[in-house]
Amino acid sequence: MPEEKIVKKISVQVNGTAYASEVEPRLLLVQYVRETLGLTGTHVGCDTTNCGACTILMESGGEWKAVKSCTLFAVQADGRKLLTIEGVARGDELHPVQNAFWENHALQCGYCTPGMVMASLGLLARNGSPTEEEVRKGLSGNLCRCTGYQNIVKAVLSASKDIKEKRLPVIP
Amino acid sequence: MNPRRFQYHSPRTLGDALVMLEKYGEEAKVLAGGQSLIPMMKLRLLQPEHVIDLNNIPDLSYIEDRRGSIAIGALARHSDLERSPLIREKLPIIGEAAEQIADQQVRNLGTMAGSACHADPAADWPAVLQALDASFVVRGKDERVVPATQFFRGPFDTVVRQGEIMTEIDVPVPQGDRVGQTYLKFERRAGDFATVGVAAVVCVDGDGAIASGALALSAVAPAAYRATDAEKIMEGKKPTQRLIEEAASAAAAPSSPASDLRGSAEYKKEMARVFVRRALKTALERAGVKL
Repeated sequence: MPEEKIVKKISVQVNGTAYASEVEPRLLLVQYVRETLGLTGTHVGCDTTNCGACTILMESGGEWKAVKSCTLFAVQADGRKLLTIEGVARGDELHPVQNAFWENHALQCGYCTPGMVMASLGLLARNGSPTEEEVRKGLSGNLCRCTGYQNIVKAVLSASKDIKEKRLPVIP
Repeated sequence: MNPRRFQYHSPRTLGDALVMLEKYGEEAKVLAGGQSLIPMMKLRLLQPEHVIDLNNIPDLSYIEDRRGSIAIGALARHSDLERSPLIREKLPIIGEAAEQIADQQVRNLGTMAGSACHADPAADWPAVLQALDASFVVRGKDERVVPATQFFRGPFDTVVRQGEIMTEIDVPVPQGDRVGQTYLKFERRAGDFATVGVAAVVCVDGDGAIASGALALSAVAPAAYRATDAEKIMEGKKPTQRLIEEAASAAAAPSSPASDLRGSAEYKKEMARVFVRRALKTALERAGVKL
């Protein structure tokens, strides 16, 4: 094992802001986002790729894809664009998905919510008119221990309608 | 959870990756999707000194029609396969299996080649690729092509040698007018590994007899396996409920599942039989057979 601490330079764009940092290769992307950048809206739940609380979006080949940031190294994000929960609202104006979560009471304790919202954005970016079953499958990588799934599914379905009717972009 | 310290390498060509792999030998691990490697590093089940990331090598994400077969590049993600119109048209079993793997986020990163090389006995691709008679292109100093049926040696063990990287998977498109295929997965909860997974690919001839039937099972043996005894029972026969029952029993017979949280060995062996029966029925129906 290399004893000396080796760092790598990375540059990323998070929520439209460019950052350049030196990171240890073993630093997980979620730790980078939370601890280096101070964006603590992204949560760590299980830390084992199960719960989805750490979900963020990463751009790849012109597409935004939901990924679990506890299962990526920060060095892998070098040169890429990321979107976290902090970049979803425009100032005080909530994103339609956030608004739908509010309207449908799709959160109780709120711990899973940032991951749920990001996974919903990943789903809607790919499929603008999901069926209820598609929403349930699309969010199967996100756990809500308050078991508030009914209202979360309702919220995503309602947000998809809202986005279509108002012709809003899914990715802000 | 933090992995042990390691050095990170991001080669821009496959040639550079192979040089690094040669140089660092058994201290190195290859990173593709990372959805198995990184969790194992976090649990410190793996502690490589060098990680060689393939993700910055261009042109490894292809899914290409090669007339009679489909070539899948080492960095094609499960989600690419799930959404590929070419796959949906030519190899629907791959699309069907892809969408049953883990969840949206994991599928956005995880790769078919990575899953094959990781060789988890409960993974979905080893059964699917064996049933399709796929082959793997493995490159080291030379390039070799290994049939999927000879690739998996046991839990997390394959014929890939130190210094080699899987670069491509070639999947022949089943030929015939009446082909039916399915991957049926029994999972205890959403996104879980299979309790049992069954890949079935059948071709029915003009007289309605089974010209060929391929069956492979995952999660019920140290490695996914082809149920050759069951295949022989079906060959040349007209499909009936009784034939399906016989084939299902023969396919489950060589299984040797382990008791764990997903069920007892006895239960899993029975589920193997039940799920082969269901998968065969679906594949035959998709081949236009009325049962």
